[in-house]
Amino acid sequence: MPDGAPPVLDVRGLKTVFRTRGGEVHAVNSVSFDLRPGELLGVVGESGSGKSVTMMSLIGLLPQPPADIRAGEVFLAGRDILKVDPEELRAIRGRQIGFIFQDPMTSLNPVYTVGMQIMEPLRVHLGLSKAQAETRAAELLDLVGIPDARKRLKSYPHQFSGGMRQRVMIAIALACDPKVLIADEPTTALDVTIQAQILELVRDLRQKLGMAIIWITHDLGVIAGIADRVMVMYGGQVVEQAPVAELFAHPRHPYTRALLQTIPHLTGSRSARLRVIEGQPPIMSGPPEACPFRARCTHAFDRCHLENPERRPVGIGHDVACHWSPPVAVEVAHA
Amino acid sequence: MRDEGTSRALVRVTDLRKHFPIHSGLLRRHTGDVKAVDGVTFDILEGETLGLVGESGCGKSTVGRTLLRLYEVTSGSVVIDGTDIASLPPEALRQVRPKMQMVFQDPQASLNPRMTLAQIIAEPLDEHTELSRAEKLERVHELMDQVGLNRRFANRFPHEFSGGQRQRIGIARALALNPRFIVCDEPIAALDVSIQAQVVNLLEDLQESLGLTYLFISHDLSMVRHIADRVAVMYLGKIVELSPRDALYARPLHPYAKALLSAVPEPDPATEATRRRIILTGDVPSPANPPQGCNFCTRCPEVQPLCREVEPPLIEVSPGRQVACHFVQPENPPAGAPGGPEANERIQQGAGP
Repeated sequence: MPDGAPPVLDVRGLKTVFRTRGGEVHAVNSVSFDLRPGELLGVVGESGSGKSVTMMSLIGLLPQPPADIRAGEVFLAGRDILKVDPEELRAIRGRQIGFIFQDPMTSLNPVYTVGMQIMEPLRVHLGLSKAQAETRAAELLDLVGIPDARKRLKSYPHQFSGGMRQRVMIAIALACDPKVLIADEPTTALDVTIQAQILELVRDLRQKLGMAIIWITHDLGVIAGIADRVMVMYGGQVVEQAPVAELFAHPRHPYTRALLQTIPHLTGSRSARLRVIEGQPPIMSGPPEACPFRARCTHAFDRCHLENPERRPVGIGHDVACHWSPPVAVEVAHA
Repeated sequence: MRDEGTSRALVRVTDLRKHFPIHSGLLRRHTGDVKAVDGVTFDILEGETLGLVGESGCGKSTVGRTLLRLYEVTSGSVVIDGTDIASLPPEALRQVRPKMQMVFQDPQASLNPRMTLAQIIAEPLDEHTELSRAEKLERVHELMDQVGLNRRFANRFPHEFSGGQRQRIGIARALALNPRFIVCDEPIAALDVSIQAQVVNLLEDLQESLGLTYLFISHDLSMVRHIADRVAVMYLGKIVELSPRDALYARPLHPYAKALLSAVPEPDPATEATRRRIILTGDVPSPANPPQGCNFCTRCPEVQPLCREVEPPLIEVSPGRQVACHFVQPENPPAGAPGGPEANERIQQGAGP
């Protein structure tokens, strides 16, 4: 990836809190990251780690209340999009940021044809005429590998299979040629052979279109095959960030290391017993005053219970939020 | 496979079919069938774990449910510990139910939200035993210890527990009547990665201490490699390959098994960058209208004209390995069996990388 180029997206100190009847939930705590042109940033974390909420917050898709974005700046092409008015944000969302959700059935409108749904952003945001939009929509369907594109524009979502619907979602997200594409678990609801098709399509589209992508997933296998850089989230925070090869070869955060050790592999030697991460993910009812992983960490010591670690650099493009310093160049035993 | 010598088959499934009727039109006439399970034959040996893998809609969950007769069997037989479950009258079926239990995918949906943990775990005891209240509570506590739930939680409700803990409750309930055979239907699919290993290790520990036999249904091929002794791969209602675990993962023979394994992403960037993937085109056909010939012929990268006409039977190609493909032939054909040079050529084709 081109280094040194200014980031297309720059997020600083994002904090999102949900107000619920049971009290506050601190879902995102001081998350900072950037996204460089043409890069694919993988965001890994378990449910409740704050990965989706982070992305929804930064493009203003969370209903407020109950959500409350307490702090942070999100620079897209030099402008802080948390400060622009809703109407303008809508335009930015349509034109410059594309979004793909996990479940293509619930994010497509069942009563409109697929063609109308692809044409809508083209007409609203790009001001194309109906005929122009239709031509472009057919091109987009063709681009995402849907055969007989012009005819399929007249089909309804239920007439497509799961994988095909996700292709339609990708076509809609790409409609206005966005600079940034945010994909939230886009293949989680799909079968592996269909997931393989979609991953292949995304690799191909990156070559052709060169947009920057944020790819949210809990599947480390998907990340290994598609990401340039990986950000690991836990308890609403970024706990580690590194280029993909570096992260898998030299994970530094105890959570990342445990995660890589706990998953079984398809090849290589087979361990008799899986390594376990004991305990449960944290409940984030207050602002973090200590390391969110401390209760499950095998290396936790006094300081971890008193002070939330800041991210500190440990290598080129590699930073980690942990008080414990693992010996350099630890190899994860691929069990 | 049908060898009684070394290990006894606890479960024997023969040509099992489960068709769901389609009714349509004003008179709701029977107009067709969804052939969810369309003739599967396999054994599960005492104490082993048979993995059952495949994509959604391939019929793997239906096999699991039909095996325990949660669905009525359309045809075929299911012999569990010497009793044919498929044809048993209701009362006799109830008598054998304690032997066979199920752990469901979604611990949220499979636990009654209005019952306490103790009531949930004791329900099978209420139904099938004559234990006194004190004895039941004692058994509930024992089960909670076994699955790693704190006894103090006995009077709490399911919503107070996390996904992993709920799955432990489901497992405790399944164990209550000392079953011999448990169908685990995607028991970890709804859990987070860091919790999955806890539940899988628990299942393995219980298998060892209680001598359980599992049918482990999953779409997670890496986890199945970890837990299963043998693996059956299903596609569109049929088993396409049934092999010992290591043989299957080292060298899958059926073209679908090859494609499926090649599609699983490995958590290793170096492997991912170099591996050759078989990307299947298209989607799984509808089980209401499966293709003529081999079920996989519409997507198979190695398809031949023969495949579109004749359905390949599941045959043993090497000891313990069964494959349903015209182009995977027995590796050492017995004398006099059809084969010869042509078959050898086919083996090479079928066994390619």
